[in-house]
Amino acid sequence: MHGAIAAVLFPSGAHLGRKSFIVAAVAPLSALIWLCIQLPDIVEGRVITQHLSWVPQLGLSVDLRLDGFGALMMLLITLIGVVVCGYSAAYFSPTSPGLGRCAGLLVAFAAAMLVVVLSDNLFLLATAWELTSITSYLLIGNDHTKVKARAAALQALLITALGGLAMLAGFVLIGQAAGTYRLSAILASPPTGGTVSVGLALVLIGAFTKSAQYPFHSWLPGAMAAPTPISAYLHSATMVKAGVYLVGRFAPAFATVTIWRPLVLGVGATTMVLGGLRAMRQHDLKLLLAFGTVSQLGFLIVLFGAGTPEATAAGCVMLLAHALFKATLFMVVGALDRRTGTRDLRRIPVLGREWLGVKIAAVAAAASMAGVPLLLGFIGKEAGLDALGHAGFGASGWVIAAIVAGSALTVAYSVRFVWGMFGGGSLVSERNDPDRAPRLEFLVPVAVLAGIGIVLGVAPALANGLVEVASTALDPAAPAAHLAIWHGANLALALSAVALAGGTMLFLVRDRIEPVLAVGGRVPSGAAVYTRLLRGTNNAATVTTSVIQNGSLPLYAGVTLATAAVVPGAFLVSRAAWPGFPRFVEHWAQLPVVIAILGAAVAAAVVRRRFSAALFLGTTGYAMAGLFVVQGAPDLALTQVAIETLSTVLFVLVLRRLPDRFERTSSNRRRALRLVVSGLVGVLVFTFAIVSRANRDAVPVSTEMIARSLPEAHGRNVVNVILVDIRGFDTMGEITVLTAAGIGAVALARAGKRRRSSREVAS
Amino acid sequence: MKRLVFLDESVRLIFHAVLVGSIYLLFVGHNQPGGGFVAGLVAGAAMSLRYLVGGLAEVRRISRFQPWTIMALGVAISTSTALAPLSRGHSIMASMSTSFDLPLLGHIYASTTLPFDIGVYMVVVGLVFMVFEAFGEDPDAEADEVPEADEEGATR
Repeated sequence: MHGAIAAVLFPSGAHLGRKSFIVAAVAPLSALIWLCIQLPDIVEGRVITQHLSWVPQLGLSVDLRLDGFGALMMLLITLIGVVVCGYSAAYFSPTSPGLGRCAGLLVAFAAAMLVVVLSDNLFLLATAWELTSITSYLLIGNDHTKVKARAAALQALLITALGGLAMLAGFVLIGQAAGTYRLSAILASPPTGGTVSVGLALVLIGAFTKSAQYPFHSWLPGAMAAPTPISAYLHSATMVKAGVYLVGRFAPAFATVTIWRPLVLGVGATTMVLGGLRAMRQHDLKLLLAFGTVSQLGFLIVLFGAGTPEATAAGCVMLLAHALFKATLFMVVGALDRRTGTRDLRRIPVLGREWLGVKIAAVAAAASMAGVPLLLGFIGKEAGLDALGHAGFGASGWVIAAIVAGSALTVAYSVRFVWGMFGGGSLVSERNDPDRAPRLEFLVPVAVLAGIGIVLGVAPALANGLVEVASTALDPAAPAAHLAIWHGANLALALSAVALAGGTMLFLVRDRIEPVLAVGGRVPSGAAVYTRLLRGTNNAATVTTSVIQNGSLPLYAGVTLATAAVVPGAFLVSRAAWPGFPRFVEHWAQLPVVIAILGAAVAAAVVRRRFSAALFLGTTGYAMAGLFVVQGAPDLALTQVAIETLSTVLFVLVLRRLPDRFERTSSNRRRALRLVVSGLVGVLVFTFAIVSRANRDAVPVSTEMIARSLPEAHGRNVVNVILVDIRGFDTMGEITVLTAAGIGAVALARAGKRRRSSREVAS
Repeated sequence: MKRLVFLDESVRLIFHAVLVGSIYLLFVGHNQPGGGFVAGLVAGAAMSLRYLVGGLAEVRRISRFQPWTIMALGVAISTSTALAPLSRGHSIMASMSTSFDLPLLGHIYASTTLPFDIGVYMVVVGLVFMVFEAFGEDPDAEADEVPEADEEGATR
């Protein structure tokens, strides 16, 4: 419902420069306000649905459903969307290129993301899912002059879009098994069976690629080539949560399927530890955060994937906490980058007093990430450990151990982040320059998000209602939320303490355990496979192209025509009966027309100049139009004449680039072969036309179309009625394809011209 | 390029007549021979006359818009016509129609298929325009382009 508003804004941001982000902020802001108005109702458990019929014949429809969990996701998307838009207006320099495009894409992304979390139809969800991949691709490659940005964008697109396709296949399998594609209906009565397991595995691949889980995580650090506000929004707070969202939706219904828990918990836990290890070794603060995101997403996948009501509730808290602190940290890094010119923790100068506000926000956010008490991150982690401690499935001990290890690493890299930001690792001793103080526009968005994190951390009861309704929307058995700072001295508290102490230790001895940390980088990851696959595909494409597309037009034409003749021909010979020749001449006027056609055709075949051949070919076409007139089909004749005129013109245009005369280089054998092929085509088309007329055994569709065209479509020209009404959908597709093909052809033709002219300049 | 006054003038005369004819074909298409596709082709033929007279520069003078703008507009018109019924709760592509009487023109019958057909018309016109744009002789390009292309062709 709000996607539309956001989409309308897309083109308007084209010429506004930096201000376009302010305009862009209107879209998420309006959605946020709308959500706030609806929120009291939703907290009481009301579900807002909207249904829009799309193509009823195919069962496609637009179903939107806003429940508690959807509201939580929507809150994150819109709130952080508003903040990021405001921040972007300060972040980008007025002269940087493509600002309007960037702002428009940001809004388009927000719209697609909203559809992902609100969709109740699996196909709609998959479509919006791929749209987020595409907008993410365009945003990562925003600076399209950088090779690195383009490569990173391509990698992100290939991995997430392929994952999305796997997910779509999984949706189809599950939807077929369930007999419906309504998400809410499937989750209410989950189907079972072997195909469902396969479908789930495919859906999980989609979720893992999107949420950068091992071994598909390699695209996320690369995606840091995007401008920092984009990274803050897409690659930490929202888009990468789509996979988590999906796992969260499916887990309560499908967690008992055999493959679910080993796969989800294994992948999530591995990702959490490996991401943490990699984060410890980054010098670029943004990359540190990126690997931190990978690690945290692993944690979220574990929490939601466990499928127990308590873990789901903990996941909702953690989801909120992560979005708040990670977006804050990214924006802090962006401010550092803009104002000091670096985000390498070895080069950041010691920051002066002007940075106090940003520093406080950064420390609060990092502490939340580390899980320090009194902050929302702590509450989420605590609840998660508690829930997994009580979860009644095997191997939960291992999962907890992995999470504690991952949390310790999280603490360690959080400390490292703060240490680096304060210039602890700085190798430069230059004094801080006062003009490099952060502007207010940088501080406000950072402070807003960090502030929400602190408030919710101190008074977690404020979030009770939302968290409760979000988790019950996923799993009706979820307990009433009782978020509090102090849960008593239990196992979870002890584990949190172990993680905090262990993390601090890890940070202090980081140089001595360097070789251990390096293991994280050496574990075989999807990146190497991706590179090899991409190279292999390119090579295979080169080889195939050189074999199939060898550039010989006569060969193409020969193969196509021979196939067209032989395949129906074989069918003709084996199945159909020969009905005998029709009457030779039906009307005297046919005779001269046919003579003209035959003459022109023979002339076109024997003439030596290309130009004359094209003209003779045109003549056959015109004569054919004459035949149509004689037979009483004026509209057909009209079309034929128009097409013939234009194709003759086209011929002439293209012939300018070819030699005037046909070459006589081909050998006699080849000429004989060509003759055979042409003869074969002629004979078969002739027979086919006669035989197929006599072998009709069903009522032709045209009878019905003619009967329906006047009363239903109010048109007497049946051909036109078919084109624009009965088969209008086809026509729509055709003109779209035509447009795309035309633009492509012009691009190719012009590229050739430009290369030639640039070569002239060079010589 | 050397231009013939006689050709110039007669094309100038014919061009608009043919365009009017093509628009006639577009509008009668629902009941008589014609329709957006044919009408677009006829308009394209008129454009090719202009090309004969003055090359690509003459064709470009027909419209201020770039060919891809015309095509994109056409697709947009057709697609939004197809999507419009959704807003009224009908299914996609459902055609809606109305008829009314106008002074002078008499009984008018209007249907959503007409804007759809106009979109088709624009796509076809844009495509023809684009063909000239892509393959036509570019007045900006160097004159020695053709012989060079010949060599490339001969190596096949």
